[in-house]
Amino acid sequence: MDFLRPTTWAEALAAKADRPEAVPIQGGTDVMVELNFDLHRPAALLDLNQVAELAEWTSEEDGRLRVGAGVPYVRLIAELGNRLPGLAQAARTVGSPQIRNRGTVGGNLGAASPAGDSHPPLLAGDAVIEVESAARGVRMIPAAEFYVGVKRSALEPDELIRAFRMSPATGPQYFSKVGTRNAMVIAVCSFAIALHPAERRVGTGIGSAAPTPRRALAAEEFLAAELDWDARLDPAVLARFGELAAEAASPIDDVRGTADYRRHAIGVMARRTLTWAWNEFRSGHFERRAG
Amino acid sequence: MRVTFTVNGRRETADDVWEGESLLYVLRERVGLPGSKNACEQGECGSCTVYLDGTPVCACLVAAGQVEGREVRTVEGLADGDRLDPVQEAFVECGAVQCGFCTPGLVVQAHDLIERVAEPSDAEIREALAGNLCRCTGYEKILDAVRLAAARKAAS
Ligand SMILES: Cc1cc2nc3c(=O)[nH]c(=O)nc-3n(C[C@H](O)[C@H](O)[C@H](O)COP(=O)(O)OP(=O)(O)OC[C@H]3O[C@@H](n4cnc5c(N)ncnc54)[C@H](O)[C@@H]3O)c2cc1C
Ligand code: FES
Ligand code: FES
Repeated sequence: MDFLRPTTWAEALAAKADRPEAVPIQGGTDVMVELNFDLHRPAALLDLNQVAELAEWTSEEDGRLRVGAGVPYVRLIAELGNRLPGLAQAARTVGSPQIRNRGTVGGNLGAASPAGDSHPPLLAGDAVIEVESAARGVRMIPAAEFYVGVKRSALEPDELIRAFRMSPATGPQYFSKVGTRNAMVIAVCSFAIALHPAERRVGTGIGSAAPTPRRALAAEEFLAAELDWDARLDPAVLARFGELAAEAASPIDDVRGTADYRRHAIGVMARRTLTWAWNEFRSGHFERRAG
Repeated sequence: MRVTFTVNGRRETADDVWEGESLLYVLRERVGLPGSKNACEQGECGSCTVYLDGTPVCACLVAAGQVEGREVRTVEGLADGDRLDPVQEAFVECGAVQCGFCTPGLVVQAHDLIERVAEPSDAEIREALAGNLCRCTGYEKILDAVRLAAARKAAS
């Protein structure tokens, strides 16, 4: 096995072009488990820890945030928790403090597990994934197109994930996750919501209840048509939203839960997160907090 | 491959390291520091917790090559000669150690908590230790020990 240690982004891209079979390693919280258990023995590891660009985030001219693939959860929570509240809530549920000190959104995207906790808030918040190869340059992939199958993403073998881009929240965002306890659990299923008040639109993301993370599109369209943004939440609208969210899931039975349970829980979490977000929106608390 | 890094203030060089090897293996099997324990090798138990450049991590999930040139501090590096670190003392006094397998990781993790948070609440202690499993104590004595260490640190 080779251990490749590029020190710049350009070197990393060159190394990946030269050795497309090399497995990138950032926080290692997925990669090392596979190595320790000998589930996978790659020809080479491509260590990205020396690539300083990946550990930075910036505010772009278009107002969006560009967050490097190597920014660990602990920093995302501390430094971007106000601007990306849905993603930060999800990040707080990842593993344990030790895991959050090392694990990254870039690694979560690289693994592309349907149960990855970053994905629902990335979907609900219209995130775009920035990937790059030495040969073809940068590609901007909307999160909804990034996940293509169970643990499969749109990333090509010669590409690396550079960053994700996402607008700072313009309305309340919430994340909810079902698990057997509050720490150290892979989601049985999860749900994220983001209100986009300026566009009178609500974004959603479903986790661990389909082959890939996905949006609940019919539920989003229903709210775009039926939600009265100047009124209290209509219980009939709320109930229908829950049903449509549950219908958007296509879960399986596995050791963590049954398909029926997951579908039911998605409906419950959809109603809950919308209620939380709506209460915060109506109270004016979000505007005050966002300053 | 060769890996050179600083551990507990000393420069160490490990040779013939397998590229897929973990920092935990290097510490225990190559540089003679068996304090960090290997219980799960999948990040679940926290018994391998060490500081990497000042941040607690699971040593089993860090690739050996990733620590090249970096600084590691293990449980062996907490005591000052024969004088135990206050967290270690508190663990002994409170009876927070039974078989001791989880202790090194818990001590490092608790050490980090009280470095960062002067007077941690119970909720903060539980949250900080959520990734450290103990199969013996039932955790109550561990919580006592962390509270004691934090109180002593705040008073000193
Ligand atoms: C004990 C434990 C608990 C966990 N709990 C959770 C949880 O609650 N929720 C959750 O979602 N996950 C959880 N995980 C999984 C893991 O921590 C996350 O998926 C994390 O986000 C991975 O980030 P990383 O930087 O450690 O990735 P790594 O392990 O370094 O990499 C993961 C994958 O991404 C690829 N990759 C990394 N960086 C790039 C890049 N820049 N470009 C292209 N590919 C890249 C790697 O090749 C690999 O395939 C847990 C893991 C452990 C060990
Ligand atoms: S041995 Fe590393 S967390 Fe269990
Ligand atoms: S004292 Fe035995 S595992 Fe904690």
